[in-house]
Amino acid sequence: MSPAELTAPTAPRRRALWTLGILRSELVTVLRRGRTLALLGVLAAVPVLIGIAVRVETGDGSPAGPGGGGGPAFLTQATHNGLFLVFAALSATLPVLLPMAAGVVAGDSVAGEASAGTLRYLLVAPAGRSRLLLAKYTSVLVFCLVATLVVAVSALVVGSLLFPVGEVTTISGTRISFGQGLVRAALIAVTVAVSLAGFAALGLFVSTLTDSGIAAMAATVGVLITAQILDTMPQLEAIGPYLFPHYWLSFTDLLREPVYWDEMVRNLGLQALYTAVFGSAAWARFTTKDITA
Amino acid sequence: MERTADRAADPVPGTGRDTDAVIETRGLTKRYRGGQLAVDGLDLRVPGGSVFGFLGPNGSGKTTTIRMLMGLVEPTSGTARVLGAPMPAGARTVLPHVGALIEGPAPYGFLTGRDNLVRYDRADPTADPRTRRARVEAALERVGLAAAAQKKAKAYSLGMKQRLGLAAALLRPRRLLVLDEPTNGLDPQGMREIRALVRELASEGTTVFLSSHLLDEIEQLCGHAAVMARGRLLVQGPVAEIAAHARGRLVVTTPDPDSAARVLRERGASGILTDGERVGADAPPPETELADLNAALVREGVRVRSFGVERGSLEDAFVALTGEGFDVAG
Ligand SMILES: Nc1ncnc2c1ncn2[C@@H]1O[C@H](COP(=O)(O)OP(=O)(O)OP(=O)(O)O)[C@@H](O)[C@H]1O
Ligand SMILES: [Mg+2]
Repeated sequence: MSPAELTAPTAPRRRALWTLGILRSELVTVLRRGRTLALLGVLAAVPVLIGIAVRVETGDGSPAGPGGGGGPAFLTQATHNGLFLVFAALSATLPVLLPMAAGVVAGDSVAGEASAGTLRYLLVAPAGRSRLLLAKYTSVLVFCLVATLVVAVSALVVGSLLFPVGEVTTISGTRISFGQGLVRAALIAVTVAVSLAGFAALGLFVSTLTDSGIAAMAATVGVLITAQILDTMPQLEAIGPYLFPHYWLSFTDLLREPVYWDEMVRNLGLQALYTAVFGSAAWARFTTKDITA
Repeated sequence: MERTADRAADPVPGTGRDTDAVIETRGLTKRYRGGQLAVDGLDLRVPGGSVFGFLGPNGSGKTTTIRMLMGLVEPTSGTARVLGAPMPAGARTVLPHVGALIEGPAPYGFLTGRDNLVRYDRADPTADPRTRRARVEAALERVGLAAAAQKKAKAYSLGMKQRLGLAAALLRPRRLLVLDEPTNGLDPQGMREIRALVRELASEGTTVFLSSHLLDEIEQLCGHAAVMARGRLLVQGPVAEIAAHARGRLVVTTPDPDSAARVLRERGASGILTDGERVGADAPPPETELADLNAALVREGVRVRSFGVERGSLEDAFVALTGEGFDVAG
């Protein structure tokens, strides 16, 4: 081999496609796992259960009485308008089930590959550490969106099968058309998915800390539950607004007329902050980490 | 991590650096968190175009060295250059030209063999997506997995996984192949095939860096070798020279073993062992005229049936260098 051949090779520059190939590969890999499909299956089943329960409860056709308001929000309205099952299902899954699914996928994203040993082969491919991490975070966000849409679409289908649909009465008492209601529902689904961004970044960071996928998933879900508990404690009111789940349920403000934006904007700001902090931490950790698994 | 990436792609000419080496390390050292000194001041030089054997007992630091060469682990001190560029800073430009099998294969169990290769190929931003299908099929063909390509990798046997790992290393034409125990878990047929494959790749000009416990494998395949023990490099160079480290054995076959042993002892031979009609001793230093020794035996009335020096094997050299002990160094 001549010395000329031995000078360092230069990689062909294909900037535009820098990360698309690996992102697609990430998405396919995440969505093809049995575990992901099981999570999505559970999420799809929740609106079905809620819908059937409400239907059975009010089987005589009479709307649920005032006592029926104890469950998740919007349940009573669902009997009048199937579209409300979408809001009810999202309210029911957002506090725990949806973020838990996101936490499982985010926590496993790096640590799972480390424990399987596939991480070292991706890195010698070479995937590039920053590029791989970015692809992983993006695919977790896409999973959050898919999971939210699964809940929403399942609820919409179940709601329109079990209950009448039609004009929507907003929280403010005004009425909007069913089409308008659908647009609001879509907006709400996207808002819910974006609400999970900060927690997803946190899960990604946890995932870079360990070589055990199980440990990372458990720790991430543990953080979620702790934050949810802290957020309900009146003694800790002062830190509440800085906890990532604090404004999660603000999506209901999209059902006001006119829409009330304050809390949603605060929610977005908080998610952006969490994403920046934990995204940077994950990057700092992952790009300097010894890959020994 | 040290960020010296800007200089990565530009090895400075005229610095007296050995440009013929595909892998070159200077004082490469790794102390793991927890204090374990896994590699200690390694000065390794792998000449281009060679099949290079990397030997050492369990826990001697072979895999750790390979991890540092591949940019997976940051050295505690010292430098490593692969294909002329420093690692880990030059990983993005160097690694597309390197195929690696590190500490066993690691496929995605829920993907088919073919999809595993597609995933690893997509991970490489410099791999051409237009030729992907063809390259994946060629790699599967090359390692004999074409018929099992549609099977989920979790249903693969260890040997099949090993072949899949090799296929991933062969997805593109490589200038360097780093193979950490590539024949681990393969059946004898598979081992032969892998050896044939390594020879074939080497004849195409690929440098092969091969770590193995199988000494006869190294002896069959490698022109050069290095021997590690307890994180330190004991010796490196052409295999023939390393094997020569092991002094051969002088072997005399005779119906009079006792008197033969006495004569050899009187002549200053060491390591004398008698086994039936065979008397063995450490080969005398090269300046000794063997014919004189034979004549002395005959003069003393020893009836010599055969007389000669058996060449030392790499295994003898390895044991002489790393010691007989079975226990792994702590
Ligand atoms: N992640 C780690 N953390 C701490 N110590 C480690 C780690 N990995 C390896 N070691 C230690 O480093 C030393 C060298 O290990 P290494 O895996 O490099 O050996 P090896 O030569 O590849 O062994 P083998 O032939 O068994 O594969 C061993 O003493 C081992 O205990
Ligand atoms: Mg090893």
